[in-house]
Amino acid sequence: MIKLTTPLDLDTVKKLKAGDQVRLNGVIYTGRDAAHKRLVEAYEAGEKLPVDLKDQVIYYVGPCPAKPGKVIGAAGPTTSGRMDRYAPLTIAKMGLRGMIGKGLRSQEVIEAIKQHGAVYFLAVGGAGALLSQRIKKAEVVAYEDLGAEAIYRLEVEDFPVVVGIDCHGNDIYQEGIKKYKVG
Amino acid sequence: MKQIKAEDIVKTVSELCIKSCTTLGDDWWQTLDEAINKEESPLGKDILKQLQENAKLAAATKEALCQDTGVAVVFLELGQDVHITGGNLYEAINAGVRKGYTEGYLRKSVVNDPLIRKNTGDNTPAIIYTDIVPGDKLKITVAPKGAGSENMSALKMLKPADGREGVVQFVLDVVKTAGPNPCPPILVGVGIGGMFEKAALLAKKSLLRPLGQRNELPHIAELELELLEKINNSGIGPQGLGGRITALDVHVESHPTHIATLPVAVNIQCHATRHAEAIL
Ligand code: SF4
Repeated sequence: MIKLTTPLDLDTVKKLKAGDQVRLNGVIYTGRDAAHKRLVEAYEAGEKLPVDLKDQVIYYVGPCPAKPGKVIGAAGPTTSGRMDRYAPLTIAKMGLRGMIGKGLRSQEVIEAIKQHGAVYFLAVGGAGALLSQRIKKAEVVAYEDLGAEAIYRLEVEDFPVVVGIDCHGNDIYQEGIKKYKVG
Repeated sequence: MKQIKAEDIVKTVSELCIKSCTTLGDDWWQTLDEAINKEESPLGKDILKQLQENAKLAAATKEALCQDTGVAVVFLELGQDVHITGGNLYEAINAGVRKGYTEGYLRKSVVNDPLIRKNTGDNTPAIIYTDIVPGDKLKITVAPKGAGSENMSALKMLKPADGREGVVQFVLDVVKTAGPNPCPPILVGVGIGGMFEKAALLAKKSLLRPLGQRNELPHIAELELELLEKINNSGIGPQGLGGRITALDVHVESHPTHIATLPVAVNIQCHATRHAEAIL
């Protein structure tokens, strides 16, 4: 088990291998389709971005509303493929270092990960109640009007993830399935 | 004629929304225990344990199992001797969904129009299917369905000559294409026969059957077991990271069909096999 604290620099990410089990600590940011669309549009229009993503990690999640007295509702990963259109630019131009989600990524995203030394983490899809317990603080930092899709700044403790695609382009989906396929 | 008050329907539906999003049935717990035993991949085992831990936490804290609390799909079995009083049946169902998703702090995931896409803010409208049955009871089943698994579902109109083999091949293709996206281990619902829409509805309804229970028709039960074995030989495994347990079960439902057609629908359900029922 590897313990990491965000932000993540290139040297840290270079040591990670697909399949490594990691516990993340520190600050991560949330973002789904709508927030990514706005970030990329703001970047293309030359506007100042509402968050500095350099060396940061984005978690693809749209949580349930928080109950009174709770930090956040169920907060498991959403399907990352929907962010594939935006991810290469956020990595290349905004300096994003890590992503947390579930599911396959496009070849363009894998290339950007390799070229810029980024990493794609997986959290267990459907473990929303468990993952929400590892989130200790949550506040909206941008695009509040998007509700569950706004960008939140989360403080996490021992947030369980697996390295899905490492910065060398190794993909655990390919390797894992090959190992257990029969016939 | 038995009278059922619309307000009782509102209350029941609201409770079922919360119950189905926060708790899983005994069949799920038993199947997961067996899956943990059978899983060979250490990472896969760990993931299955995380899912159990998640379900325990959700039940204890009344927190949603998964943040995608889906669209509320509601199945009604309405006795023909029932009279609904004090309101309209479908309005009562939607009022119940509104109440349940708000009071249960469940995520609202419904948009008003597939192209305009504005969130309706209260998770309505529900998708409602009604069967009229003999008797004087109303059975309500709420089955919230998330998008991750729904998006990996598919339907194909096979030729009768494609037969059983064609059905097997199509189901395997759909599961392989889905890969990690529907949060495996999955439950695979299959509808064969009927017409285009009937096959899809059969597939969806098959997801309500308890895990581990076989179809009563021997040739369909055998098909279920063969599909389960082949799917679990795919190696996809928990979360698609490789392993023995890709599917927890396969449920097939069939219906008479036209001499010239063989529709097959595959509705994928993620590990969160959420549904709750009540009888009024
Ligand atoms: S597929 Fe199921 S478990 Fe996965 S995110 Fe969607 S609703 Fe949750």
